Amino acid sequence: MREEILRISGVNPSKCMKCGKCTATCPAFEKMEYHPHQFVDMVKNNQISPLLESESLYCCMTCLACEERCPRGVKPQKLIEAVQVIKLRASGANRLKPQDVAERLDPSLPQQALMAAFRKYSR
Amino acid sequence: MVYSYYPGCTLKAKAKKLDRYARECAHILEIELEEIENWQCCGGVYPGMADELATRLSPVRALREAGEKKQDLVTVCSACHHVLKRVNEDMKTSGEIRQKINAYLEPENGYEGETKVIHYLELLRDRIGFDRIKEKVKHPLNGKKIAPYYGCLLLRPFQVMNFDDPENPSIMEEFLLAIGAQPVHYALKNECCGGYVTVEDEKFASEKSSSIMEAAMDQGAKGMITACPLCKYNLENGGLKEDIPVYYFTELLAEALGVKEQEEGT
Ligand code: SF4
Ligand code: SF4
Repeated sequence: MREEILRISGVNPSKCMKCGKCTATCPAFEKMEYHPHQFVDMVKNNQISPLLESESLYCCMTCLACEERCPRGVKPQKLIEAVQVIKLRASGANRLKPQDVAERLDPSLPQQALMAAFRKYSR
Repeated sequence: MVYSYYPGCTLKAKAKKLDRYARECAHILEIELEEIENWQCCGGVYPGMADELATRLSPVRALREAGEKKQDLVTVCSACHHVLKRVNEDMKTSGEIRQKINAYLEPENGYEGETKVIHYLELLRDRIGFDRIKEKVKHPLNGKKIAPYYGCLLLRPFQVMNFDDPENPSIMEEFLLAIGAQPVHYALKNECCGGYVTVEDEKFASEKSSSIMEAAMDQGAKGMITACPLCKYNLENGGLKEDIPVYYFTELLAEALGVKEQEEGT
């Protein structure tokens, strides 16, 4: 599974120098059990099961601050997305189901929010 | 000058003003925007994984159509812009993605990322010029204090977006000056509004966007501008007791150019 994550994300976690800048800049920091630098470290060390089970997978807002500010060009967001994608591709693992969004359909919610949420939270 | 134009779904529905004023102002600025004929939704988010091909098809179709007409492709929505620009980069730089997508679409007429994707703000700055816009302003905004809000998608990753300095952008400030407004400087102009996470956890997204609006208000802003319908939605849903209006940048441009009737209080 580690190989699959590295392949689809194109990330090389060995480049990380553990400076923690990605985590320090992450706006979803307080919501996460595992932080961006931990994703990088844990994937590197093949500790993927806890990540797959963690709510942290759904906290990332894809703001790309971690990617922009990483001094080593690691792209932690891609790694988080890869673990999330692997989880969601397993059948029946959809996080968001059409019936769940009914109550969120307030008249001003832009279409792009629903498109993006379905792309991010289901397959 | 004629450009291809990709409006995107949200601009056809919830964000009609963003689209309408973009077109009407282009007309005044002597720019012709030719809507891509069969555009489809960009997907809302960039498909970041190397093996996601189906989700790259609709952006490639739009890019290719503009390419065939030898036109640059103009977008307004930050999200569409982000997705189109990044998928275009993939077609330019990833041999594997390019080969597989072309094999699926039209092998004999391959697309290789030739189209240049430009944001409407770049059109204003680089093709028309803010000086020229200034000359065309009929109703300057009289020094109204407006906070430019960039968010994430226009700026990052800089390597691909190459839009403006990702940590200290200035294009919206220059735009505001050109239409006679006073840009407000505040700390969170390139931080995240919460994005699509509002569908998953509305409260969390509200916290993110309300702290951005508060930072702008602390510096005296009386309004904010954005290019993104989702940023606008989140900012307006921050739940602050007191808040300020959030405008699409095209709306203020339309007001300044005299396209939009001047409304009370704007
Ligand atoms: S992209 Fe995700 S992980 Fe990276 S800084 Fe933004 S919210 Fe945090
Ligand atoms: S910012 Fe980059 S180098 Fe630093 S901990 Fe994060 S991934 Fe590693």
